[in-house]
Formats: sequence, structure tokens, C-alpha cells
Amino acid sequence: MLRCKELTELVTDHLERQLSLALRMSVSLHLSSCRHCRAYYGQMKSLVKLLRLLPAEPGPSQVSDKLLLSFGRRHRARQVSQHHHDGTLQLLPLDRA
Amino acid sequence: MGKTASAFRLTQDNAFPRRAAINHGSIAPARSAELRLVARLRAGEESALTELVRRYHGALLRIALVLLPNRAIAEEVVQDTWACVVDGLDSFEGRSTLKTWICRILTNRAKTRLIREARSVSFSALKDSDSDEHAVDPARFSSDGGWAEAPHRWNHNTPEKLLMQKEAMGCLERALQELPAAQRAVVTLRDVEGLDSDEVCNALDIGETNQRVLLHRGRSKLRRALEEHLIGV
Repeated sequence: MLRCKELTELVTDHLERQLSLALRMSVSLHLSSCRHCRAYYGQMKSLVKLLRLLPAEPGPSQVSDKLLLSFGRRHRARQVSQHHHDGTLQLLPLDRA
Repeated sequence: MGKTASAFRLTQDNAFPRRAAINHGSIAPARSAELRLVARLRAGEESALTELVRRYHGALLRIALVLLPNRAIAEEVVQDTWACVVDGLDSFEGRSTLKTWICRILTNRAKTRLIREARSVSFSALKDSDSDEHAVDPARFSSDGGWAEAPHRWNHNTPEKLLMQKEAMGCLERALQELPAAQRAVVTLRDVEGLDSDEVCNALDIGETNQRVLLHRGRSKLRRALEEHLIGV
């Protein structure tokens, strides 16, 4: 019979579905009969959900001019290459774009 | 676009060869919104670029901060990543999500940058000083391995309720930042940003087992921090 102390070390492998069938069954059996471990297991699951909800680092209020410029260049280059229709990628030299 | 796309694919889509292509049977709403965004980007709409950067910049910065030695370098690598994204838009084939694709570019740029800086960062669990640490303080178990001091209950606080508690989220963020570097990296990539384990292993150059050990130790510490916060220890 799996002990509580052992179960706490198996929680991540269980959530990651990396346990053998035998261990998986031991975990399920233990959880069905131990409310403390059920609480522990539930907390680990809540934690994972909560981490996903952490606020992101604040992003820039606008895209840098440099990036916008290269975005525009790429787009024009793409149009040119599609226009040529010869299957090879043709990019305009940056100073002419 | 046949050959054009394959020329680009050499540099971008094969970046993570271990990753198998995932084909979802039906297109979820989020997915089709993403494909519409890609179409607008390819059509050269600047507003689409702004939307893309707003949506993912924070995630990229969070990831870059755990991969690179300092904030200045992390910010540079994120800028560099955006330039690569703009250059490689044609190579995005929609086999992965847009975020996954962008994150792959970021992790590759970060690796290149570390080589250039001649800095090697090891994320191995073996590097942790506390290699025999436990998920729960052994003192909380009795000699037969059962709970002597059971987990303090905070399960009535669903994640949704906890989210409303600014202090709880602040405590979680602080505890995350205080984790040993390798654990912080794995938990950030897997749990905060939702990358899958293959991607995390590749980004950190660690094996699957190692990754799981780090994830386990990191999560266990965070649960403990949250428990202490919520019961007011």
C-alpha cells in the first residue's frame, strides 16, 4: 500500500501521465481512501491552473518603427516574388525596397 | 507558394525536428482566429502586426528572462525574435500554434545568443544544491509515512477565486521568482506559458526525466508557498 509521503512524490508524474499502470492504480486507490492526499492532489492541480493565469509582462504600447519598416519591406518583397512566378524567392535589396 | 515556403522551412520549421506534426481534426475558434491573423499578416496589414506583438510580447519576454542572463539581453533577443518572425512569416504552415512557432524561434535565438556570449547555462536538475529535497517537509509525516500534519485546506478557494486575490497571485509570482534557476525555467515554460514537455526539453537542453524532476520540485515549492500564504503562516 502506497504511503502518503510516497504519494506526494508521485503527483507530478501522475499528472504528466508518466506512471506505470501498477503505480497509477496505487495512486488512484490511495486517493480514493485518503482525504488528506486528495486535498494535496487537488492543490497541485489548482496550482498548475493558477500558474497559467499569472499576468504577463507588460507589452510595448506600440510596435517599433524598425519592425514596421521591415514588415513593410518583406510584404513588398513577397509581392514581387509572387509576381515573378518562377518559383524562386526573390527579395528586393533592402535599400531599394 | 510551394518552393518559397520550402526554402524558408529549412531555416524555421525544422528547428525542432523531434516534434511531430499535430493535426487537429476540427479547427477550434481560437485556431481559426489565429489563421485569420496570419492571413492579415501575410497581406501586409500593420494592425495585424501590432495585434500579434501585443498578444505575445509578454510571453516572449517572460520566457527570454528565464533563458538569458539578464533583462537587457532578454529584451534584445525578443526584438530579434520579432524580426525573425516578420522575415519568416511564409514558413509558418499552421501545423503548430502561432505561439508555439514563435516560441521556437525565440528559444533558438536565445541559444544562438548564449553561444555568442560564450555563456553556457545548465538547467540540469543535478546542478541543484538540494538534490535530495522532498515535495513536502518530511517532518509533516509520521514514522509510518502517513500525514502527521495534513495539508492545510484551501481547496474551497478555486483557482478562479484565488485569481481574484491580488496578494495570492503576488505571492505566487514572488515564489516563482525565488525558485532555483532550473526549476523556475521549467515551471515558467511549462506551466506559465504552456509549452509542451518536448519544447521545454529542447529549449533548455535537458532530458525528459530531468525536466519532470525540476517541474515536480518547482511545483511542490510553489504549493508550499501558497499554503503558507493562504493560512497566514
